[in-house]
Amino acid sequence: MNGGAPDPRADPQDEVQWDAIVIGGSSGAIDALNVLLPALPAGLRAGVIVLLHLPCDRRSRLVEIFGYRCALPVQEAEDQQPILPGHVYFGPPGYHLLVDRGPRLALSIDPPVLFSRPSIDVLFQSAADGYGDRLLGVLLSGANEDGAEGLAAIYAAGGRTLVQAPDTAAMRTMPDAALARVPTAQPLTPDEIAAVFAQLPTEPLP
Amino acid sequence: MPTQNKAHIEDIEQRLLLDAIYHRFHYDFREYAQASLKRRLRAALTEFGCKTLSQLQDRVLHDPSVFTGLLQYLTVQVSDMFRDPSYFLALRNEVVPILRTYPSIKVWVAGCSTGEEVYSLAILLLEEGLLDRTLIYATDINPHALRAAEQGVFDLDRAAAFTANHAQAGGRSSLSDYYTARYGRVVFDKKLREHMVFSDHSLSTDSVFAEVHLVSCRNVLIYFERDLQNRALGLFHEALVHRGFLGLGSRESVRFSAQADGFDDFVLPDRIYRKKADL
Repeated sequence: MNGGAPDPRADPQDEVQWDAIVIGGSSGAIDALNVLLPALPAGLRAGVIVLLHLPCDRRSRLVEIFGYRCALPVQEAEDQQPILPGHVYFGPPGYHLLVDRGPRLALSIDPPVLFSRPSIDVLFQSAADGYGDRLLGVLLSGANEDGAEGLAAIYAAGGRTLVQAPDTAAMRTMPDAALARVPTAQPLTPDEIAAVFAQLPTEPLP
Repeated sequence: MPTQNKAHIEDIEQRLLLDAIYHRFHYDFREYAQASLKRRLRAALTEFGCKTLSQLQDRVLHDPSVFTGLLQYLTVQVSDMFRDPSYFLALRNEVVPILRTYPSIKVWVAGCSTGEEVYSLAILLLEEGLLDRTLIYATDINPHALRAAEQGVFDLDRAAAFTANHAQAGGRSSLSDYYTARYGRVVFDKKLREHMVFSDHSLSTDSVFAEVHLVSCRNVLIYFERDLQNRALGLFHEALVHRGFLGLGSRESVRFSAQADGFDDFVLPDRIYRKKADL
């Protein structure tokens, strides 16, 4: 190797170790998650935080849906819970979810942002503050523009940004808005994102 | 990396600003959840026309009116009356029958903000025939919020949501029995206020001021880091009578706290706990 340090955003094959992966989506995102989450390898060195817009009057069933399909332990995020490598956390409905110092998860009932609580922007911006360039952000299908500002914050902090290719999304408003806001974000199909996940560094299994 | 430095510098500035606020005004936000504070502080930068938190710190230290404004950003919560109706239904069905056995009842609403929950509890207790022998202590650190709470005035366009929540919470009357609507506002009955005491109190720095049968503190602890959560829960434990009740927000819990052994689950889905019997 010669020359300067490689830009982790430009080289997907680079052996960057992400400390965390944040995934956001809304309508149609479950279909993509069905492809993405089972691709996460056991022993993943990064913590994974997933935030979907859900009706707030219903209990989230995401843990039940994905729990047995993932190689990693899956749980609903609790306030002040440490973010551990190799764990998947789903944001609870009705609350904003943030990455706080620790790193820990924190909840808030601050007013909705872009009519959304939880807000993907709030999660992504706080994660960018906390993890800087050791963060991978993924934005999926959705029917509003939440997440675009958050993805921009991740990019600005040096993290890598992936967006579900709009043609593959049930609702393309969210990925379109993100690509307009962050033109350097990579549009990938769910299968391609899953392939990125499958190659992420892992701890040797005992 | 420059952006990394920027984030690091902002963290330092935030810590220094919170230190300055503590030393100058004795409001202690140092153990609040910092990520939420950061969002609010960034919004405040725009409001006060500051480029950095360091600039804001300068203004806060030298112009007291700036702190008054900043406090609104740091503390004001928006709530609804009978928010999470199932919580109030559980209070009504499970806790009220036990409260009924006391000759006089004291309730502490900690972090009452603009008072939505205080009025909700007063109406619930009135409907259950207990308000006459009840005193509700409503505390907050924000004097403006407390004054608003004391007024008992809310925007009329919120009344429909309040009414729906009240009905779902097992309301035995019409919410409109307790307010008069005028000029786009609803004003709650002064009779309710006769059973309320509004007071400045900080869960970060103050101690217990009364013995109470029920503490209701909802969606306040999520703004605290773990140590401060433990402090607040310790205050609640100390304030509660033998076998008193504690109600928290729907995503808050005593389970992982230093007070986990001090409380029994009472209505777990609605986060209502009961102080354990002394050994």
